Formats: sequence, structure tokens, C-alpha cells
Amino acid sequence: MSTERPRKNAWPRRLLTIYCSAVFFFLMLPLLVVFPLSFSSASYLQFPPPGFSWQWYERYLETPAWIDATIVSLKVALGTTVLATLLGTMTAFSLVRGKYPGRAWVDRLVAAPIIVPNIVIAVAIYGLFAKMHLIGNWFGVMIGHTVYAIPFVVLVVGASLRTFDVAQEQAAMGLGASRLRAVWRVTLPQIKPAIVSAAFLAFITSFDELIIALFLSGSNMTLPKKMFENIISEIDPTISAVSVLQIILVGVVLALSARLGSGISPIKS
Amino acid sequence: MSAAAASGLSGLSRVPGIRTHGGAVALSLPTVVFLLVLFAIPVLRLMLLSVESGSLAPYEKAFTDELYLGVLFNTFKIALFVTAVSFLLAYPVAYFLTVATPVWRMIGMFCLLMPFWTSILVRTYAWMVILGRRGIVSEALLALGITDAPFSMLHNMPAVMIGMVHVLMPYMVFPVYAVMQRVDPNVMQAAFGLGAPAWRAFFRVYFPLTLPGVLSGATLVFILSMGFFITPALLGGGKVMMIAMLIETYVHEFLDWEFSGALSVALLTFTLVIYALFKRIMKAEQNWS
Repeated sequence: MSTERPRKNAWPRRLLTIYCSAVFFFLMLPLLVVFPLSFSSASYLQFPPPGFSWQWYERYLETPAWIDATIVSLKVALGTTVLATLLGTMTAFSLVRGKYPGRAWVDRLVAAPIIVPNIVIAVAIYGLFAKMHLIGNWFGVMIGHTVYAIPFVVLVVGASLRTFDVAQEQAAMGLGASRLRAVWRVTLPQIKPAIVSAAFLAFITSFDELIIALFLSGSNMTLPKKMFENIISEIDPTISAVSVLQIILVGVVLALSARLGSGISPIKS
Repeated sequence: MSAAAASGLSGLSRVPGIRTHGGAVALSLPTVVFLLVLFAIPVLRLMLLSVESGSLAPYEKAFTDELYLGVLFNTFKIALFVTAVSFLLAYPVAYFLTVATPVWRMIGMFCLLMPFWTSILVRTYAWMVILGRRGIVSEALLALGITDAPFSMLHNMPAVMIGMVHVLMPYMVFPVYAVMQRVDPNVMQAAFGLGAPAWRAFFRVYFPLTLPGVLSGATLVFILSMGFFITPALLGGGKVMMIAMLIETYVHEFLDWEFSGALSVALLTFTLVIYALFKRIMKAEQNWS
């Protein structure tokens, strides 16, 4: 458009479109495969599927191990959401508003779980929890996921808090409201969309997480761990059905977040 | 009025962020304790475990034994390659999204975000279906008569790289796209107006302006690649080893905390060095402009 030189020749633009379409196809290919496969009537992995059936969805619903794993995952994800959102929001307030010695260190500590590789976090917590006999316990996994989710919450809520005009809170306090009341009645309602988005982000982060769960969940598997073990031992189309359900769930969460929150977008603009 | 003024003043003295207040400390305290006890101290302990015996033997093993040195080298090679390929795919896509019509932009964003939010595990599984023995590529070539026996494209380096590029490439698009949106179109017009041919205007003006985004994306992709586990474990089928898989094996199968500690220290150090380099370059860039 405006960054382009007015040209007689449309070929560069056409080549760009073709190239990018190929990249988009590459990106979508796995999803284009998983969806039809989940409705396959074949008894083993076959593509394209010979016919339509619900059998893999039925298999999923009828297998207690899959359902148990789903319940564990939901429990862990909900717990992580509550804990990470609470801790993360409080920390965001402290970091954006506070001026105290050591604030920069708190900032670094909170951001560190993003930079430290997942496998290192997982092994480190595993070492601690193995001694405390917390392996195989759903809240052990939840604690691990919370460590990992807190930075995302602080990022999202902190960004919103930074754009919030403190004068409004000061006005409320000038009119006699206590600080707590001013924050509760004036600030929180305005940054609520960001908090809601952060909560959904924490949920997805936990629900999809494998590495920490691989170490901490033991035989009390989360859904990703159950999928991982299944993929290693036998690839059957049940996983396609589970995958589709997982994609749908994440899609619903994202849609809800866009509606109720400020949306979760990886794009800063 | 004096009462109002007084309360206004006392309100002012409580202006957030102006005086040091215990409230802010108290707000971050639970998180600080939580992260110290459940993250920082365990990670430090893991690092200390590697030297617990009082010798540097685990490090000697990691950095002199050909097998482990090979894994470290492999990890670097894969990370570098994945970063390079991600750049080649992501840069044109980011540019395309910047200049495309709204409809194309929507299509592009959909194709980018939909897989981005799909779990890595699901996508890796799909690649196994596509590249496997009974997979789409094999069956298609069989049906076309190009090959006469089903074959697997899994368990090798290209399979791992395809899977990793697929997961990580969006992390390159987002920062590059964000920077491209901020590039002033007039700058390019000026270059054209001064008679620069399109390629020259691109390489001398446009690309340098988008370099910070490329650097952010490349750092992110490189750091994430180095610690990758799921994709190489599944698509590599044990034939392609990366450092994260080595750590997992030594903890889970051999319960060798010293050696896994040493490997974790190595991985963490590489990660932090890359991150520090990036910070430094960005700072230099900021000071310069």
C-alpha cells in the first residue's frame, strides 16, 4: 500500500501473496488433518477417512481413563486460574504503583519463569515435591502451573494498570473514599477486562501444559500427559477426537475472553 | 470547605506511587514468597546439586563426553536452524499482514492464531499423522505411483524441524508485525523520491527499521527452541536428541540428579547469555536512535 512504490509490475505483490498463502497452508495443515480424522469410520489411522462416524468421540466418552484425565486437567486449570490471577493481580498493583527498595528484584523474580526453560522449572519442582510426597497430587501440578502462569497475569494486568489514569482514584480518595474503597469501586471495575483476560490466559496455559505435568502428575494424569503417553504407545484416532475437543474448548475460552475481557492477543499494537 | 480540603490533602499524601508505602510491599509479598519457595530456591538447589559431590565431574561429563557434547551441539544447531527458517517464513508474512487488504489480513490472522492457540501436543500428533508410515504424504505418493512401498518420514532431523518451525514461527511474526505497523510510510516514499530502487529502499531503509522486531522474535524463537521437549521427543522418536530430553531421561530413568543438574545449569546459562546479549543489543540500539 503506502509503503509500496507505485509500480507497473504487479508480480512482486503476487509472489508475496502466493508465498504467504503457502505458509498459511503449512500453518493450517495439522488442523486440517485432525478434524476429518476424528470422524473417521476406519478402525485404524487412515487418511483420507473412508467414511463418517462418531466412534472416536464415543470411545473417548466411554473410556474412564480419558474422562479422569479430563477432570484432573479441569481441576488443575481452574485452581491455577484462581491462584495465578489473585497473586498476579496483586503483584501487578504492587509493581506498577509501588516504589520501594527491591522493586526491580521483585520484577525480575516475577518475570523469570518465562525465561527459565520449562524443563528446568519442571525438574526443580519435581525435586522438591518428590521429597514432600506431592507427586501424583493434582494440587502439586496446580502449584507448578501457577508458577508458570503468574508472569502472564502480571504482564496483562500490569499493562492495563499502566494505562489507567491514577487521577480517578485520587479523586475518589479526595472525596473521602478510603484507598481500598477507591481501588475496589473505581480502579478494579475499569481494569476488569484485563483481569478476566489474564484469568483465561492462565486457564489455557495450564490446560495445555505438558512438561510440568509430565513430572508432577504421576499416575494421576492430566489430559496432555494422557495424550502424550497414548501417542507414544499407540497412535489411534481417539487422540484426534480428544484433540478436536481440546481445540474447541480453547476456542470457546478465547471467544469468552474476547467478549468478557479485553481479549488475549499475542500482538502488541 | 476546610474539611474537604483537609481530606483532599490527606488524599494527596496517599497519592499512589509517590511515597514509599508498606501496602505495595504487602501486595507483592505472597507472590514473592510463593515464587521463592516454589521456583527460585528449587531451581538454585537443582543447580547446586550438580556440584554437591564437591567435584565438577558432571560438567566434565557433559562437556567432554562425545555423546553429550553431540547433544549440546545438536540442540544449538536445531535452535539456529529453526530460528533462521522461522525468519524466512515469518518476515514476508508479517509484511504481507501489514500491507494486505482487510480480508486478506483477516484470513492471515486466522491462519496464524488458530494453530497458535492449539496445543503443541495436538499439532505434533497431527505431524505424526502427516509424515508417518501410514501418513498422508506416504499414502499420496503411493497412490500416485511415485513410490511402491509405504515409508515413514518421521524420526529424523527434518521432521523435528518441521514440527518446531510450525510451533515457533508465529513467535517471530508477532513482534516483527508490531514493529512494521509503526514504520512511517513516508520514510519509504522519501527513499523512492530520492531515486532508490525498490530493493535498495527495502534493504537500506525498511529492513533496518524493522530489525528490533526481528531481534526480539529471533531471541524468543532461539530461547524457546533450546529448551524444546515435546516436538523432538515425538517427531524425533529417540533418534534426535536435544538437551531437554537428556535432562528428562536422566531425572526420570536414571535418577541422576547431579548430571541433570549440570545439564540444567548449562541450558539455563545458554538461555540467559542469549537473553543478556539481546538486552544489550536493544539497549545499544535505543541509545543510538
